[in-house]
Amino acid sequence: MRFFTQHISAAIGALGEFQRRLTSNLMTTTVIGIALALPAIFILALDNLAEISQDWDGTPSANLYLERTLSEPEQAALQTQIDELAGITGSILIGAEQGKTTFAERTGMAEMLNLLEENPFPAVIQATPVSTLAPNEVAELVNQLADLPGVEDVRLDQTWLQRLQTIVELASRATGLIGALLAIAVVLVVGNTIRLDIENRRSEIEIMKLIGGTDAFVRRPFVYAGFWHGLIGGMLAWILSAIVITVIARPANRLAGLYDSGFALSGPWLADGLTIVATGVLLSLTGAWVAVTQHLRRIEPGEGT
Amino acid sequence: MIRFHGVAKRYPGGNDALRGISFEVTQGEMVFVTGPSGAGKSTLLRLIPLLERPTRGSVIVNDVNLSTLTRRRIPYLRRSIGMIFQDHRLLPDRSVFDNVALPLVIAGFEHKETQRRVRAALDKVGLLERERSDPATLSGGEQQRVGIARAVVSRPPILLADEPTGNLDPALSEEIMRLFEQFNRVGVTLIIASHDHALVERLGYRRVHLTDGALA
Repeated sequence: MRFFTQHISAAIGALGEFQRRLTSNLMTTTVIGIALALPAIFILALDNLAEISQDWDGTPSANLYLERTLSEPEQAALQTQIDELAGITGSILIGAEQGKTTFAERTGMAEMLNLLEENPFPAVIQATPVSTLAPNEVAELVNQLADLPGVEDVRLDQTWLQRLQTIVELASRATGLIGALLAIAVVLVVGNTIRLDIENRRSEIEIMKLIGGTDAFVRRPFVYAGFWHGLIGGMLAWILSAIVITVIARPANRLAGLYDSGFALSGPWLADGLTIVATGVLLSLTGAWVAVTQHLRRIEPGEGT
Repeated sequence: MIRFHGVAKRYPGGNDALRGISFEVTQGEMVFVTGPSGAGKSTLLRLIPLLERPTRGSVIVNDVNLSTLTRRRIPYLRRSIGMIFQDHRLLPDRSVFDNVALPLVIAGFEHKETQRRVRAALDKVGLLERERSDPATLSGGEQQRVGIARAVVSRPPILLADEPTGNLDPALSEEIMRLFEQFNRVGVTLIIASHDHALVERLGYRRVHLTDGALA
């Protein structure tokens, strides 16, 4: 109980100190807010993008090029075998002759084809995977199809999806790195603020120690100061990222519309916001803790007086 | 209560503040440490609450040899010792009441009890009506009395005062000494460092005289 009330009073006291130097403290928290908001915005945008590639409705069809040695009954048997696979909704068999005819019709190169002694087209089975498959599940399915006897090669019409995934992966790595750097920045900013705070209140700390304040007691207001910086900075980051996302949501959605995508950018709501705030508090507490452990022990009433 | 045994203190740089001092202060005693400035009076007082550690010898407070005391235990030692300084050492940005309440806040006293004890201490030094004041608005004598109220508010068995009347005129000095006598009468052990020989002599308590870091 006594422990509890001491913490409450330290927390309130630290808030009072925060308010006493409001301007400079608000500047510090704004720096924290911006440093947290930047990676938060990128992470949210990437989360949104990653969602598109997950629930993308235009699942690509896989084209299976069959070996030429396969007879027509064998091709039909293979199609039945593929239709029975889990993850395949259906398939179309395009025979070698049909393929040649279609090509000739579309390109008008029938005469050129006739010059060839052999039909250059293999038979193809166009298989459609289940639309709910995740990208990695699709890839797994493709491998499975390629391993079937009589299948020479499998091509998945998904370059667009792969490019998007690669871009998302690249961007999320970059965001991760930038986020880590900014996290370090937050720790240092808070650490430095608390260090200055400790220097400003040196005589107060000395007096506290002089009349029997334990290390924990002396430390507490500074750690709580870090807590408040993180909390306020984190809330600011939440607000900033919500504003930014709201501002860019409309053009982003219009762009998505141009690509026939149902993609809609959504902002940081409760769970994301709480994560941002919690991250801010955690980083600031770390910064405060570093400053306190480095500087507080050195201030002793016995030295230099 | 307090025992010095062959205590020496050498500061970095080779300055010997104390050169092997032994003496004892029994419980309920009021002792003056006198001597010219630089004789080691402050150092002697500072060894008791472990503001300094001796280079040699041992200091024993309340049957505890201070050399065995770990860093973590020091705050609890200091809570049993009230300290009064020539420069008061008050927090300028807190009211008189908050300054006096500090030792109780540190010790985790409950709010009501804190209020009661702070008022009692301020009443004792005659500053009850100034509890809401800023320390800077008080006179030197009043500030010193706030410092005394802070030192006694947690009712420590030992009081140390380092030149408590150094900046005060004779009448105010006399007043402060009367306060100390009152505390002594209720059983508090006091050690007071002072170079005001005239005053000390007139009061007639036991004296420990220091010259150049040694007992004379």
